[in-house]
Amino acid sequence: MSFPSTFFGWVAFLLDKYGMVFLRGTGTTLLIALTGTVFGFIIGLLVAIARTIELRDRAPRWRKGLMSFVKGLLAAYIEVFRGTPMMVQAMVIYYGGMQYLHIDMPVMVSAILIVSINTGAYMAEIIRGGIISVDKGQVEAAKSIGMTHWQTMCSIVLPQAVRNIMPSIGNEFVVNIKDSSVLNVISVSELFFMSKSAAGTYYRYFEVFFITSLIYLALTFSITRLLRFIEKKMDGNSSYTICGSQTDSRSAISVPVEKKEA
Amino acid sequence: MAIIEVSHLEKRFGDNTVLKDINFSVSKGEVVSIIGSSGSGKSTLLRCINLLETPTSGTIRYHGRDIQDGALPQGEFHSKVGMVFQSFNLFNNLTVLDNCVVGQMKVLKRSRRESEENARKYLERVGMLPYQNARPAQISGGQKQRAAIARALAMDPEALLFDEPTSALDPEMVGEVLGTMKSLAQSGLTMLVVTHEMAFARDVSDRVVFMDSGVIVEDAPPKELFANPKHPRTREFLSRFMQG
Repeated sequence: MSFPSTFFGWVAFLLDKYGMVFLRGTGTTLLIALTGTVFGFIIGLLVAIARTIELRDRAPRWRKGLMSFVKGLLAAYIEVFRGTPMMVQAMVIYYGGMQYLHIDMPVMVSAILIVSINTGAYMAEIIRGGIISVDKGQVEAAKSIGMTHWQTMCSIVLPQAVRNIMPSIGNEFVVNIKDSSVLNVISVSELFFMSKSAAGTYYRYFEVFFITSLIYLALTFSITRLLRFIEKKMDGNSSYTICGSQTDSRSAISVPVEKKEA
Repeated sequence: MAIIEVSHLEKRFGDNTVLKDINFSVSKGEVVSIIGSSGSGKSTLLRCINLLETPTSGTIRYHGRDIQDGALPQGEFHSKVGMVFQSFNLFNNLTVLDNCVVGQMKVLKRSRRESEENARKYLERVGMLPYQNARPAQISGGQKQRAAIARALAMDPEALLFDEPTSALDPEMVGEVLGTMKSLAQSGLTMLVVTHEMAFARDVSDRVVFMDSGVIVEDAPPKELFANPKHPRTREFLSRFMQG
Protein backbone atom coordinates (compact mmCIF):
# COMPACT_ATOMS: atom_id res chain seq x y z
CA MET A 1 0.00 0.00 0.00
CA SER A 2 1.43 3.37 -1.01
CA PHE A 3 0.86 6.53 0.97
CA PRO A 4 0.44 10.08 -0.35
CA SER A 5 3.59 12.19 -0.41
CA THR A 6 2.15 15.73 -0.34
CA PHE A 7 0.11 17.67 2.22
CA PHE A 8 -2.94 17.91 -0.02
CA GLY A 9 -2.52 14.29 -0.96
CA TRP A 10 -2.78 13.36 2.71
CA VAL A 11 -5.78 15.63 3.20
CA ALA A 12 -7.58 13.98 0.30
CA PHE A 13 -6.58 10.53 1.52
CA LEU A 14 -7.80 11.17 5.06
CA LEU A 15 -11.02 12.74 3.86
CA ASP A 16 -11.67 9.73 1.71
CA LYS A 17 -10.88 7.26 4.46
CA TYR A 18 -12.37 9.10 7.45
CA GLY A 19 -15.05 11.23 5.80
CA MET A 20 -17.80 9.46 7.70
CA VAL A 21 -15.88 9.71 10.96
CA PHE A 22 -15.51 13.46 10.54
CA LEU A 23 -19.16 13.74 9.63
CA ARG A 24 -20.34 11.77 12.66
CA GLY A 25 -18.09 13.80 14.94
CA THR A 26 -19.45 17.01 13.45
CA GLY A 27 -23.01 15.80 13.95
CA THR A 28 -22.36 14.93 17.58
CA THR A 29 -20.65 18.26 18.24
CA LEU A 30 -23.55 20.15 16.69
CA LEU A 31 -26.09 18.12 18.62
CA ILE A 32 -24.33 18.73 21.95
CA ALA A 33 -23.82 22.43 21.26
CA LEU A 34 -27.37 23.01 20.07
CA THR A 35 -29.21 21.10 22.80
CA GLY A 36 -26.76 22.38 25.41
CA THR A 37 -27.42 25.98 24.34
CA VAL A 38 -31.20 25.50 24.23
CA PHE A 39 -31.38 23.79 27.63
CA GLY A 40 -28.84 26.24 29.00
CA PHE A 41 -31.05 29.07 27.78
CA ILE A 42 -34.09 27.59 29.52
CA ILE A 43 -32.14 27.06 32.76
CA GLY A 44 -30.73 30.58 32.53
CA LEU A 45 -34.19 32.02 31.88
CA LEU A 46 -35.71 30.38 34.96
CA VAL A 47 -32.76 31.32 37.15
CA ALA A 48 -32.75 34.92 35.91
CA ILE A 49 -36.51 35.34 36.41
CA ALA A 50 -36.25 33.92 39.93
CA ARG A 51 -33.36 36.25 40.70
CA THR A 52 -35.30 39.34 39.58
CA ILE A 53 -38.48 38.65 41.58
CA GLU A 54 -38.98 41.38 44.15
CA LEU A 55 -41.36 40.65 46.99
CA ARG A 56 -43.51 43.45 48.36
CA ASP A 57 -42.57 44.95 51.68
CA ARG A 58 -45.66 43.42 53.24
CA ALA A 59 -45.05 39.86 52.06
CA PRO A 60 -45.08 37.28 54.87
CA ARG A 61 -41.75 36.60 56.52
CA TRP A 62 -41.55 32.92 55.55
CA ARG A 63 -41.88 33.82 51.90
CA LYS A 64 -39.12 36.38 52.18
CA GLY A 65 -36.94 33.80 53.94
CA LEU A 66 -37.60 31.14 51.32
CA MET A 67 -36.95 33.64 48.56
CA SER A 68 -33.56 34.69 49.88
CA PHE A 69 -32.62 31.02 50.43
CA VAL A 70 -33.47 30.18 46.81
CA LYS A 71 -31.65 33.27 45.58
CA GLY A 72 -28.59 32.23 47.61
CA LEU A 73 -28.62 28.76 46.06
CA LEU A 74 -28.91 30.19 42.56
CA ALA A 75 -26.06 32.62 43.16
CA ALA A 76 -23.91 29.72 44.40
CA TYR A 77 -24.78 27.69 41.28
CA ILE A 78 -23.68 30.55 39.03
CA GLU A 79 -20.45 31.09 40.97
CA VAL A 80 -19.46 27.41 40.95
CA PHE A 81 -20.16 26.71 37.30
CA ARG A 82 -18.64 29.91 36.01
CA GLY A 83 -15.68 29.56 38.30
CA THR A 84 -14.52 26.07 37.26
CA PRO A 85 -13.45 24.75 33.85
CA MET A 86 -16.05 22.72 31.97
CA MET A 87 -13.45 19.98 31.50
CA VAL A 88 -13.19 19.58 35.26
CA GLN A 89 -16.98 19.72 35.66
CA ALA A 90 -17.25 16.92 33.13
CA MET A 91 -14.86 14.71 35.13
CA VAL A 92 -16.55 15.46 38.44
CA ILE A 93 -20.11 14.92 37.23
CA TYR A 94 -19.44 11.90 35.06
CA TYR A 95 -17.18 9.96 37.40
CA GLY A 96 -18.84 11.27 40.55
CA GLY A 97 -22.19 10.07 39.29
CA MET A 98 -20.73 6.71 38.47
CA GLN A 99 -18.78 6.09 41.69
CA TYR A 100 -21.06 7.52 44.33
CA LEU A 101 -24.55 7.61 42.86
CA HIS A 102 -24.05 4.47 40.76
CA ILE A 103 -25.59 6.10 37.74
CA ASP A 104 -24.08 4.81 34.55
CA MET A 105 -25.11 7.68 32.32
CA PRO A 106 -24.70 7.27 28.57
CA VAL A 107 -21.87 9.65 27.64
CA MET A 108 -24.11 11.64 25.31
CA VAL A 109 -26.59 12.29 28.09
CA SER A 110 -23.89 13.40 30.47
CA ALA A 111 -22.30 15.52 27.75
CA ILE A 112 -25.55 17.40 27.11
CA LEU A 113 -26.20 17.65 30.85
CA ILE A 114 -22.79 19.18 31.51
CA VAL A 115 -22.94 21.66 28.64
CA SER A 116 -26.49 22.66 29.65
CA ILE A 117 -25.69 23.31 33.29
CA ASN A 118 -22.51 25.12 32.39
CA THR A 119 -24.23 27.28 29.75
CA GLY A 120 -27.14 27.88 32.13
CA ALA A 121 -24.81 29.59 34.60
CA TYR A 122 -23.58 32.01 31.93
CA MET A 123 -27.02 32.47 30.40
CA ALA A 124 -28.52 33.32 33.80
CA GLU A 125 -26.26 36.34 34.04
CA ILE A 126 -26.70 37.30 30.38
CA ILE A 127 -30.50 37.13 30.66
CA ARG A 128 -30.50 38.98 33.98
CA GLY A 129 -28.58 41.73 32.21
CA GLY A 130 -31.16 41.68 29.44
CA ILE A 131 -34.03 41.95 31.90
CA ILE A 132 -32.38 44.85 33.72
CA SER A 133 -31.79 46.61 30.40
CA VAL A 134 -35.55 46.92 29.78
CA ASP A 135 -36.47 50.20 31.39
CA LYS A 136 -38.38 50.01 34.63
CA GLY A 137 -41.04 52.39 33.37
CA GLN A 138 -42.52 49.69 31.16
CA VAL A 139 -42.74 47.34 34.12
CA GLU A 140 -44.52 50.06 36.11
CA ALA A 141 -46.87 50.71 33.21
CA ALA A 142 -47.73 47.00 33.05
CA LYS A 143 -48.34 46.99 36.78
CA SER A 144 -50.49 50.08 36.53
CA ILE A 145 -52.89 48.29 34.18
CA GLY A 146 -53.03 45.32 36.53
CA MET A 147 -50.69 42.81 34.88
CA THR A 148 -48.98 40.33 37.19
CA HIS A 149 -45.20 39.92 37.45
CA TRP A 150 -45.40 36.77 35.35
CA GLN A 151 -47.59 38.36 32.64
CA THR A 152 -45.31 41.39 32.51
CA MET A 153 -42.27 39.16 32.13
CA CYS A 154 -43.77 37.02 29.37
CA SER A 155 -45.42 39.72 27.25
CA ILE A 156 -43.28 42.78 27.81
CA VAL A 157 -39.88 42.27 29.40
CA LEU A 158 -38.60 38.95 28.06
CA PRO A 159 -39.34 39.61 24.37
CA GLN A 160 -37.26 42.78 24.61
CA ALA A 161 -34.61 41.24 26.84
CA VAL A 162 -34.13 38.26 24.53
CA ARG A 163 -33.86 40.54 21.49
CA ASN A 164 -31.25 42.63 23.26
CA ILE A 165 -29.14 39.64 24.24
CA MET A 166 -29.33 37.76 20.92
CA PRO A 167 -25.67 38.60 20.13
CA SER A 168 -24.62 37.13 23.49
CA ILE A 169 -26.75 34.03 22.97
CA GLY A 170 -25.03 33.56 19.61
CA ASN A 171 -21.71 33.91 21.39
CA GLU A 172 -22.62 31.15 23.82
CA PHE A 173 -23.61 28.88 20.96
CA VAL A 174 -20.30 29.45 19.20
CA VAL A 175 -18.40 28.91 22.44
CA ASN A 176 -20.31 25.65 22.97
CA ILE A 177 -19.41 24.37 19.51
CA LYS A 178 -15.74 24.91 20.27
CA ASP A 179 -15.68 24.02 23.95
CA SER A 180 -17.60 20.78 23.59
CA SER A 181 -14.19 19.52 22.44
CA VAL A 182 -13.12 19.29 26.08
CA LEU A 183 -15.71 16.55 26.55
CA ASN A 184 -13.26 14.14 24.88
CA VAL A 185 -12.00 13.56 28.44
CA ILE A 186 -15.13 11.50 29.10
CA SER A 187 -14.90 9.87 25.65
CA VAL A 188 -17.79 11.65 23.99
CA SER A 189 -17.51 10.91 20.27
CA GLU A 190 -17.58 14.58 19.27
CA LEU A 191 -15.46 16.12 16.53
CA PHE A 192 -12.21 16.50 18.51
CA PHE A 193 -12.40 12.95 19.89
CA MET A 194 -13.08 11.49 16.46
CA SER A 195 -10.27 13.51 14.93
CA LYS A 196 -7.85 12.30 17.54
CA SER A 197 -8.62 8.68 16.79
CA ALA A 198 -8.41 9.30 13.05
CA ALA A 199 -5.06 11.02 13.44
CA GLY A 200 -3.62 8.23 15.57
CA THR A 201 -3.91 5.55 12.93
CA TYR A 202 -1.44 7.09 10.46
CA TYR A 203 0.23 9.59 12.78
CA ARG A 204 -1.00 12.45 10.56
CA TYR A 205 -1.89 14.90 13.33
CA PHE A 206 -1.30 18.08 11.36
CA GLU A 207 -3.37 17.05 8.33
CA VAL A 208 -6.25 15.71 10.40
CA PHE A 209 -6.47 18.72 12.68
CA PHE A 210 -6.15 21.03 9.72
CA ILE A 211 -9.36 19.46 8.42
CA THR A 212 -10.89 19.60 11.91
CA SER A 213 -10.17 23.29 12.29
CA LEU A 214 -11.78 23.99 8.92
CA ILE A 215 -14.90 22.13 10.02
CA TYR A 216 -15.09 24.08 13.30
CA LEU A 217 -14.61 27.32 11.41
CA ALA A 218 -17.32 26.43 8.88
CA LEU A 219 -19.72 25.61 11.74
CA THR A 220 -19.15 28.78 13.73
CA PHE A 221 -19.12 31.00 10.66
CA SER A 222 -22.42 29.73 9.27
CA ILE A 223 -24.09 29.80 12.68
CA THR A 224 -23.04 33.39 13.26
CA ARG A 225 -24.64 34.35 9.93
CA LEU A 226 -27.78 32.40 10.75
CA LEU A 227 -28.18 34.16 14.10
CA ARG A 228 -27.67 37.56 12.51
CA PHE A 229 -30.47 36.67 10.08
CA ILE A 230 -32.75 35.70 12.98
CA GLU A 231 -31.96 39.01 14.71
CA LYS A 232 -33.05 40.89 11.62
CA LYS A 233 -36.28 38.90 11.51
CA MET A 234 -36.95 39.70 15.17
CA ASP A 235 -36.68 43.40 14.51
CA GLY A 236 -39.76 43.16 12.30
CA ASN A 237 -40.83 45.56 9.61
CA SER A 238 -38.80 48.67 9.12
CA SER A 239 -41.89 50.48 7.94
CA TYR A 240 -45.41 50.88 9.21
CA THR A 241 -48.66 51.70 7.51
CA ILE A 242 -50.80 54.69 8.24
CA CYS A 243 -54.34 53.46 7.86
CA GLY A 244 -57.03 55.76 6.55
CA SER A 245 -56.45 59.36 5.63
CA GLN A 246 -58.88 62.17 6.35
CA THR A 247 -60.29 62.02 2.85
CA ASP A 248 -60.27 58.31 2.21
CA SER A 249 -60.63 55.84 5.03
CA ARG A 250 -59.42 52.97 2.86
CA SER A 251 -56.13 54.52 1.91
CA ALA A 252 -52.98 53.12 3.37
CA ILE A 253 -49.65 54.91 3.32
CA SER A 254 -46.53 52.99 4.11
CA VAL A 255 -44.04 54.99 6.11
CA PRO A 256 -40.48 53.75 5.94
CA VAL A 257 -38.48 54.32 9.08
CA GLU A 258 -34.77 54.65 9.33
CA LYS A 259 -33.44 51.77 11.35
CA LYS A 260 -31.74 52.64 14.55
CA GLU A 261 -28.52 50.72 14.92
CA ALA A 262 -29.15 48.02 17.49
CA MET B 1 -69.38 60.18 46.49
CA ALA B 2 -65.65 59.73 46.80
CA ILE B 3 -63.97 57.27 44.48
CA ILE B 4 -60.53 57.69 45.96
CA GLU B 5 -60.05 58.68 49.56
CA VAL B 6 -56.62 59.23 51.05
CA SER B 7 -56.28 59.58 54.78
CA HIS B 8 -53.25 60.25 56.98
CA LEU B 9 -50.95 59.06 54.22
CA GLU B 10 -47.26 59.17 55.02
CA LYS B 11 -44.31 58.09 52.90
CA ARG B 12 -40.70 57.96 54.00
CA PHE B 13 -37.64 57.01 51.99
CA GLY B 14 -35.16 56.17 54.73
CA ASP B 15 -34.93 59.28 56.89
CA ASN B 16 -36.48 61.44 54.25
CA THR B 17 -40.17 62.08 54.79
CA VAL B 18 -41.68 62.80 51.40
CA LEU B 19 -45.36 62.87 52.32
CA LYS B 20 -46.78 64.00 55.66
CA ASP B 21 -50.34 63.35 56.80
CA ILE B 22 -52.00 63.69 53.41
CA ASN B 23 -55.80 63.81 53.47
CA PHE B 24 -57.92 64.33 50.43
CA SER B 25 -60.44 62.68 48.19
CA VAL B 26 -61.56 62.62 44.59
CA SER B 27 -65.24 62.32 43.71
CA LYS B 28 -66.79 60.76 40.66
CA GLY B 29 -66.40 62.91 37.56
CA GLU B 30 -64.10 65.35 39.28
CA VAL B 31 -60.92 66.69 37.69
CA VAL B 32 -58.34 67.50 40.34
CA SER B 33 -54.98 69.08 39.54
CA ILE B 34 -52.06 68.83 41.90
CA ILE B 35 -49.52 71.62 41.55
CA GLY B 36 -46.38 72.53 43.44
CA SER B 37 -42.66 72.83 42.94
CA SER B 38 -40.42 69.88 42.13
CA GLY B 39 -39.73 67.70 45.13
CA SER B 40 -42.94 68.66 46.89
CA GLY B 41 -44.19 65.07 46.79
CA LYS B 42 -46.83 65.36 44.05
CA SER B 43 -45.58 62.46 41.98
CA THR B 44 -44.94 60.29 45.02
CA LEU B 45 -48.54 60.86 46.11
CA LEU B 46 -49.78 59.70 42.72
CA ARG B 47 -47.46 56.70 42.78
CA CYS B 48 -48.72 55.76 46.23
CA ILE B 49 -52.32 55.86 45.00
CA ASN B 50 -51.33 53.57 42.14
CA LEU B 51 -49.39 51.34 44.58
CA LEU B 52 -46.16 51.79 42.65
CA GLU B 53 -44.84 52.96 46.00
CA THR B 54 -45.87 51.34 49.26
CA PRO B 55 -47.08 53.98 51.73
CA THR B 56 -45.28 53.98 55.05
CA SER B 57 -48.56 54.52 56.87
CA GLY B 58 -52.08 55.73 56.29
CA THR B 59 -54.86 54.34 54.16
CA ILE B 60 -56.03 54.75 50.59
CA ARG B 61 -59.61 53.75 49.94
CA TYR B 62 -61.21 53.00 46.63
CA HIS B 63 -65.01 53.14 46.93
CA GLY B 64 -64.54 52.81 50.66
CA ARG B 65 -62.36 49.70 50.41
CA ASP B 66 -58.75 49.76 51.61
CA ILE B 67 -56.59 48.98 48.57
CA GLN B 68 -53.74 47.63 50.65
CA ASP B 69 -55.39 45.12 52.98
CA GLY B 70 -55.60 42.42 50.35
CA ALA B 71 -59.41 42.23 50.29
CA LEU B 72 -59.44 44.11 47.02
CA PRO B 73 -57.41 42.25 44.39
CA GLN B 74 -54.71 44.58 43.13
CA GLY B 75 -55.25 43.58 39.52
CA GLU B 76 -58.86 44.67 39.79
CA PHE B 77 -57.95 47.96 41.43
CA HIS B 78 -55.26 48.67 38.86
CA SER B 79 -57.61 48.07 35.97
CA LYS B 80 -60.09 50.53 37.50
CA VAL B 81 -57.58 53.28 38.22
CA GLY B 82 -55.20 53.79 35.31
CA MET B 83 -52.02 55.81 35.13
CA VAL B 84 -50.35 57.96 32.48
CA PHE B 85 -46.65 58.53 32.98
CA GLN B 86 -44.31 61.41 32.33
CA SER B 87 -42.07 59.23 30.17
CA PHE B 88 -44.98 57.47 28.38
CA ASN B 89 -43.66 53.98 29.17
CA LEU B 90 -45.18 52.38 26.12
CA PHE B 91 -44.30 48.73 25.60
CA ASN B 92 -41.54 48.98 23.02
CA ASN B 93 -41.94 45.48 21.67
CA LEU B 94 -45.59 45.98 20.74
CA THR B 95 -47.39 48.06 18.14
CA VAL B 96 -49.55 50.97 19.25
CA LEU B 97 -52.65 48.78 18.87
CA ASP B 98 -51.16 45.88 20.84
CA ASN B 99 -50.11 48.28 23.58
CA CYS B 100 -53.81 48.92 24.07
CA VAL B 101 -54.80 45.27 23.65
CA VAL B 102 -52.39 43.39 25.92
CA GLY B 103 -53.86 44.58 29.22
CA GLN B 104 -57.43 43.94 28.17
CA MET B 105 -56.61 40.38 27.19
CA LYS B 106 -54.36 39.51 30.13
CA VAL B 107 -56.11 41.34 32.94
CA LEU B 108 -59.73 41.68 31.83
CA LYS B 109 -59.65 38.36 29.93
CA ARG B 110 -61.34 39.85 26.90
CA SER B 111 -61.08 38.16 23.53
CA ARG B 112 -58.62 39.54 21.01
CA ARG B 113 -61.43 40.77 18.78
CA GLU B 114 -63.24 42.57 21.54
CA SER B 115 -59.97 44.05 22.83
CA GLU B 116 -58.99 45.31 19.39
CA GLU B 117 -62.38 46.87 18.80
CA ASN B 118 -62.24 48.63 22.14
CA ALA B 119 -58.63 49.69 21.57
CA ARG B 120 -59.47 51.16 18.17
CA LYS B 121 -62.35 53.10 19.67
CA TYR B 122 -60.02 54.85 22.11
CA LEU B 123 -57.18 55.24 19.61
CA GLU B 124 -59.62 57.07 17.39
CA ARG B 125 -60.68 59.21 20.34
CA VAL B 126 -57.09 60.38 20.93
CA GLY B 127 -56.44 60.71 17.19
CA MET B 128 -53.97 57.84 17.02
CA LEU B 129 -55.96 55.35 14.97
CA PRO B 130 -53.91 55.96 11.81
CA TYR B 131 -50.78 54.92 13.70
CA GLN B 132 -52.13 51.70 15.16
CA ASN B 133 -49.51 49.61 13.37
CA ALA B 134 -46.56 51.78 14.30
CA ARG B 135 -44.13 50.83 17.00
CA PRO B 136 -43.33 53.26 19.82
CA ALA B 137 -39.84 53.94 18.41
CA GLN B 138 -41.42 55.18 15.18
CA ILE B 139 -43.69 57.93 16.53
CA SER B 140 -43.20 61.32 18.16
CA GLY B 141 -43.39 62.13 21.86
CA GLY B 142 -46.83 63.67 21.68
CA GLN B 143 -48.10 60.69 19.71
CA LYS B 144 -46.57 58.34 22.27
CA GLN B 145 -48.34 60.09 25.10
CA ARG B 146 -51.67 60.02 23.29
CA ALA B 147 -51.16 56.29 22.63
CA ALA B 148 -50.37 55.83 26.32
CA ILE B 149 -53.61 57.63 27.23
CA ALA B 150 -55.51 55.31 24.86
CA ARG B 151 -53.82 52.33 26.51
CA ALA B 152 -55.05 53.47 29.92
CA LEU B 153 -58.54 54.23 28.59
CA ALA B 154 -58.83 50.85 26.87
CA MET B 155 -59.04 49.24 30.30
CA ASP B 156 -62.30 51.18 30.79
CA PRO B 157 -61.10 52.70 34.05
CA GLU B 158 -63.17 54.76 36.44
CA ALA B 159 -60.38 57.19 37.07
CA LEU B 160 -57.08 58.12 35.46
CA LEU B 161 -53.98 59.40 37.20
CA PHE B 162 -51.68 61.64 35.15
CA ASP B 163 -48.11 62.08 36.34
CA GLU B 164 -46.78 65.22 34.64
CA PRO B 165 -47.99 63.98 31.25
CA THR B 166 -46.54 66.89 29.27
CA SER B 167 -43.24 67.49 31.07
CA ALA B 168 -41.18 65.35 28.72
CA LEU B 169 -42.63 66.84 25.56
CA ASP B 170 -41.47 69.49 23.12
CA PRO B 171 -43.45 72.70 23.56
CA GLU B 172 -45.10 72.10 20.20
CA MET B 173 -46.45 68.74 21.31
CA VAL B 174 -47.76 69.83 24.68
CA GLY B 175 -50.87 71.25 23.05
CA GLU B 176 -52.00 68.03 21.40
CA VAL B 177 -51.78 66.10 24.67
CA LEU B 178 -53.47 68.81 26.74
CA GLY B 179 -56.22 68.98 24.11
CA THR B 180 -56.81 65.25 24.47
CA MET B 181 -56.91 65.55 28.24
CA LYS B 182 -59.29 68.46 28.08
CA SER B 183 -61.76 66.53 25.97
CA LEU B 184 -61.52 63.61 28.39
CA ALA B 185 -62.24 65.93 31.29
CA GLN B 186 -65.29 67.28 29.51
CA SER B 187 -66.55 63.75 28.88
CA GLY B 188 -66.88 63.24 32.63
CA LEU B 189 -63.86 61.01 33.31
CA THR B 190 -62.51 61.24 36.84
CA MET B 191 -58.98 62.60 36.62
CA LEU B 192 -56.19 63.33 39.05
CA VAL B 193 -53.47 65.31 37.30
CA VAL B 194 -50.04 66.25 38.56
CA THR B 195 -49.00 69.12 36.33
CA HIS B 196 -46.89 72.19 35.79
CA GLU B 197 -49.37 73.48 33.21
CA MET B 198 -51.02 76.24 35.21
CA ALA B 199 -53.42 77.11 32.41
CA PHE B 200 -54.69 73.54 32.37
CA ALA B 201 -55.07 73.49 36.15
CA ARG B 202 -56.94 76.78 36.06
CA ASP B 203 -59.22 76.20 33.10
CA VAL B 204 -59.97 72.50 33.12
CA SER B 205 -59.94 71.28 36.71
CA ASP B 206 -62.72 71.41 39.27
CA ARG B 207 -60.28 71.58 42.15
CA VAL B 208 -56.64 72.47 42.52
CA VAL B 209 -54.42 71.06 45.24
CA PHE B 210 -51.21 72.92 46.05
CA MET B 211 -48.49 70.87 47.70
CA ASP B 212 -45.30 72.03 49.36
CA SER B 213 -42.61 69.91 51.08
CA GLY B 214 -44.81 66.88 51.46
CA VAL B 215 -47.98 68.50 52.76
CA ILE B 216 -51.15 69.77 51.15
CA VAL B 217 -51.08 73.50 51.71
CA GLU B 218 -54.24 74.46 49.94
CA ASP B 219 -57.12 72.62 48.30
CA ALA B 220 -59.65 74.84 46.55
CA PRO B 221 -61.53 75.44 43.31
CA PRO B 222 -59.20 76.94 40.70
CA LYS B 223 -60.87 80.35 40.64
CA GLU B 224 -60.35 80.72 44.35
CA LEU B 225 -56.84 79.33 44.48
CA PHE B 226 -55.49 81.31 41.55
CA ALA B 227 -57.31 84.58 42.22
CA ASN B 228 -57.15 84.57 45.95
CA PRO B 229 -54.54 82.18 47.40
CA LYS B 230 -54.83 82.04 51.16
CA HIS B 231 -51.46 80.70 52.12
CA PRO B 232 -48.28 82.82 51.64
CA ARG B 233 -46.43 79.79 50.20
CA THR B 234 -49.13 79.39 47.53
CA ARG B 235 -48.90 83.09 46.68
CA GLU B 236 -45.15 82.86 46.35
CA PHE B 237 -45.33 79.80 44.10
CA LEU B 238 -48.02 81.26 41.89
CA SER B 239 -46.40 84.65 41.53
CA ARG B 240 -43.17 83.03 40.42
CA PHE B 241 -45.09 80.98 37.88
CA MET B 242 -47.12 83.87 36.55
CA GLN B 243 -44.02 85.98 36.01
CA GLY B 244 -42.12 83.16 34.32
